[in-house]
Amino acid sequence: MARIRPRGNGPQGLPGISVTGRRAGTFCLLLVAALCVQATRVQVFQADDLDHNSANQRLTVERYARPRGDILVGSERITGSEPTGGRYAYKRTYTDGPTYAAVTGFASQAYGNSQLEGTEDDLLTGTDGRLAGWALWDAVARRQSPGGDVYTTLDRAAQEAAVRGLGGQQGAVAAIEPATGRILALASTPSYDPGGFAGHAAADQEAWNRLQADTDQPMLNRALRQTYPPGSTFKVVTAAAALANGVVTDPDAPTGAPYPYVLPGTTTPLVNDTPACDRPGLSLSAAMTASCNSVLGYLGVRTGLDRMVAMAEGFGFNDPKLDVPVRAARSNIDTAMDGSQLALSSIGQFDTAATPLVMAMVAAGVANDGTVMRPQLVDKLTKSDGTAVRLMKPAAYRRAMSPEVAARVRKLMTDVVENGTGGNARIDGAVVGGKTGTAQHGVDNAGTPYAWFISWAGPAGSDAVPPVAVAVVVADSDATDVTGGALAAPIARSVMRAVLRR
Amino acid sequence: MATPSAVTSSAARPSRPVPTRRTTELVLVLAAVLTAVFGYVEVGVDLDGTVPPDAAEYGAALGVLALAAHAVVRWRARYADPLPLPIAVLLNGIGLVVIYRLDRASPGPGAASTQLLWSALGVALFIAVVLLVRDHRRLRRYAHTGALLALVLLVLPIFFPPVYGSRIWIVVGPLSFQPGEFAKILLAVFFAAYLAVHRDALALTGRRVWRWQLPRGRVLGPVLLIWAAFVGVLVLETDLGTSLLFFGLFVVMLYVATARTGWIAIGLGLAAVGAVTVGWLSPHVHSRVADWLDPLGSIAAGRGANQIAQSLFAFAWGGELGTGLGNGHSVLIGFAAKSDFILATIGEELGLTGLIAVFLLYAVLVSRGFRTGIALRDPFGRLLAIGLASIVGLQVFVVAGGVLALIPLTGMTMPFIALGGSSVVTNWIIVALLVRMSDIARRPAPGPGPVSASGEGEG
Repeated sequence: MARIRPRGNGPQGLPGISVTGRRAGTFCLLLVAALCVQATRVQVFQADDLDHNSANQRLTVERYARPRGDILVGSERITGSEPTGGRYAYKRTYTDGPTYAAVTGFASQAYGNSQLEGTEDDLLTGTDGRLAGWALWDAVARRQSPGGDVYTTLDRAAQEAAVRGLGGQQGAVAAIEPATGRILALASTPSYDPGGFAGHAAADQEAWNRLQADTDQPMLNRALRQTYPPGSTFKVVTAAAALANGVVTDPDAPTGAPYPYVLPGTTTPLVNDTPACDRPGLSLSAAMTASCNSVLGYLGVRTGLDRMVAMAEGFGFNDPKLDVPVRAARSNIDTAMDGSQLALSSIGQFDTAATPLVMAMVAAGVANDGTVMRPQLVDKLTKSDGTAVRLMKPAAYRRAMSPEVAARVRKLMTDVVENGTGGNARIDGAVVGGKTGTAQHGVDNAGTPYAWFISWAGPAGSDAVPPVAVAVVVADSDATDVTGGALAAPIARSVMRAVLRR
Repeated sequence: MATPSAVTSSAARPSRPVPTRRTTELVLVLAAVLTAVFGYVEVGVDLDGTVPPDAAEYGAALGVLALAAHAVVRWRARYADPLPLPIAVLLNGIGLVVIYRLDRASPGPGAASTQLLWSALGVALFIAVVLLVRDHRRLRRYAHTGALLALVLLVLPIFFPPVYGSRIWIVVGPLSFQPGEFAKILLAVFFAAYLAVHRDALALTGRRVWRWQLPRGRVLGPVLLIWAAFVGVLVLETDLGTSLLFFGLFVVMLYVATARTGWIAIGLGLAAVGAVTVGWLSPHVHSRVADWLDPLGSIAAGRGANQIAQSLFAFAWGGELGTGLGNGHSVLIGFAAKSDFILATIGEELGLTGLIAVFLLYAVLVSRGFRTGIALRDPFGRLLAIGLASIVGLQVFVVAGGVLALIPLTGMTMPFIALGGSSVVTNWIIVALLVRMSDIARRPAPGPGPVSASGEGEG
């Protein structure tokens, strides 16, 4: 229009309405363009941040819009979902919350997820890509698969035996099938009911706050997430290292360990708990049966720092990413120590600390001819219709020692149960090997000692790999005589019996 | 479009008939109705798994309304622009679908059926305007009466109790409406009439300050007075959106009439002064500015998500493609989800794709309005068409910009889509006037004669 009309048909040669109207129209279209740009910013570039904002309830709404997949022990569901009629359509329920809390963790509308409920959340919610039949089409159609199920490796009887055995004491149990690494029991006491705060109502908040304020820390998973000084149970690692590296060739021959054994570079002797140990030249076998600190401290120093550390790492020490798939806390043995520190570490003191899971791996590795299997908690993952999307495959974690060395360590451990401190773990008709531990801790060892027991068991007369290895720690008992043999061994025994009776 | 060649070809064959484009309009109107029915069915399928039993009734109701409007246009405004009516039908239909969808997610009586009644009234008024306003120039006669009426309409709500902090409602029994909505049209008519008469005086007289030609007070005075009265009333009623809209309309129309960039400078200056003063005096406005500057600030402060944050969450959740109608969670926005914040539901459930499609519908509607204004020959008509189109464009920007946190939130309704009877009715009248004026702009001159520049009005 501007071309066919002389410019400025408005007053005094100013542009006319045709021109100013176009400009104003362009201005209005620019406003719409600005809206499109802003919409793109919000819906594309900032979308991820906004979706995950803590105040945005959409992720939680979606998570609980459908019944959540279940967690199973054997073929039995230990979780469920119930309709709420509220904004979050379904709520998690637990059939026996406290017994399995260390395994399931919790799925709470207000407080998020933990343990298996956390690591397998995508599958349980239904967003896991493996659940979709036609992933691309489902993404376009925004079709949501129903949540899948998580089958655990747990043995119901072993788990119940562990929880019953721990009773009102603070402690934990980890039990493993040595040949496969399947976790048979994982218990932590005192426990809690994850169903108590699964919703987002005032009662849920109250239950959560009470648990958070409890000084006994019921929500701490002691079997996986807490390390304790392993005390004398660590002597199994030291004995294995001494045998594997030729420091000891015959467990029944005198070792040359002096008595008293003065810690290298100090004037402090390493004391024993029993007078049976107070003489020089004891054999490894005798020293294990009586749990002699002086002999095993001496042998650890003879074996050397690097070899001791290597043996411990073979069982899972110093691994910061031990995932089962819930991540276990890192068990520690220092990699730079002087002689006296190494001697103390060799009897499970100083900075050495382990989770019950890793101590169960020690027993399991010995039982499985020296090969430590990767511990696993998930047997299979299935779609809601039962089709498996993933099956557990046993995998070797590390080969800690040769089968010959492992056989010798097993002999040492059976001696402990048959003739030594581990008598409380004896089972009729079964071969049981074990090691007790009573770990001092606290300033000047003032704390109640940790009572440990690690063991494995198999039917008598069988050459097969023993079907169960277990570690038990009782952390804060009110018993007067706190020793691993008295407190922890009976619990280990009932767990092992539960597995052997299958 | 190739303006010169179009002119040349029509000049070469002056007798060629101007196409009416009524069939184009009919096809588009039917497509718009079908789109809305499809949306209605999608809501039912996503929420209940079945086609809603009243889908046919709903489609029939919308179809009858749309076809009635089309029939009247075909009968009385044969040469009208074929786009505004289908766009209005589609936007109104989308609005009904989204309101129905939000009804399903919130307790209390449904709002969709009420909105459908208001839409019917809107279409009735559309028909009335097309039939009765045979020539828009007759509206000039009522310009001053209209301005006075608009002022009365705006003052009335002060005597009614405030709703959500704003005194912009007149409540009579179960009925309530916002007179500010109707006042928009009356004000546009007044501005157009006044500026058509006085544009030369406004443009030519006055003194020059640096590069800007400033108008003389005598000419400017009455307009400024009227405008100040409007804005004053609105500030008293704490309805920021409508005052912003009136102000924008005033500046745009003044510029279009006089081509004086000085107006824009004055306008922006006044806007700045007004905004700062209001923001300083009114805590209501102050908090909205604070929420705009930091939409997520209330979360960090431990007070949870405010409405802007909830609105942004809704948009973000939709992403590029949206969740599909019925699958979003925009009810989390809380109150006003069906009115001021209805765009968030569109963003969440139809995604960026659907949102931009809606924006483009508005853009086409606005640009057709401007085109009509440019094609018309009489200054009053030109200014009125441009003013009405600007109202729609500015209102879309102020509302959508507010819920997208581009500008501070000012409660106003999205034309045609948002819940609100006064708004729907007013916008149908605006579209009716645009249809009416586009008919005059495109109608071939009676008898032989030079084809006017209206030829470019055809797509």
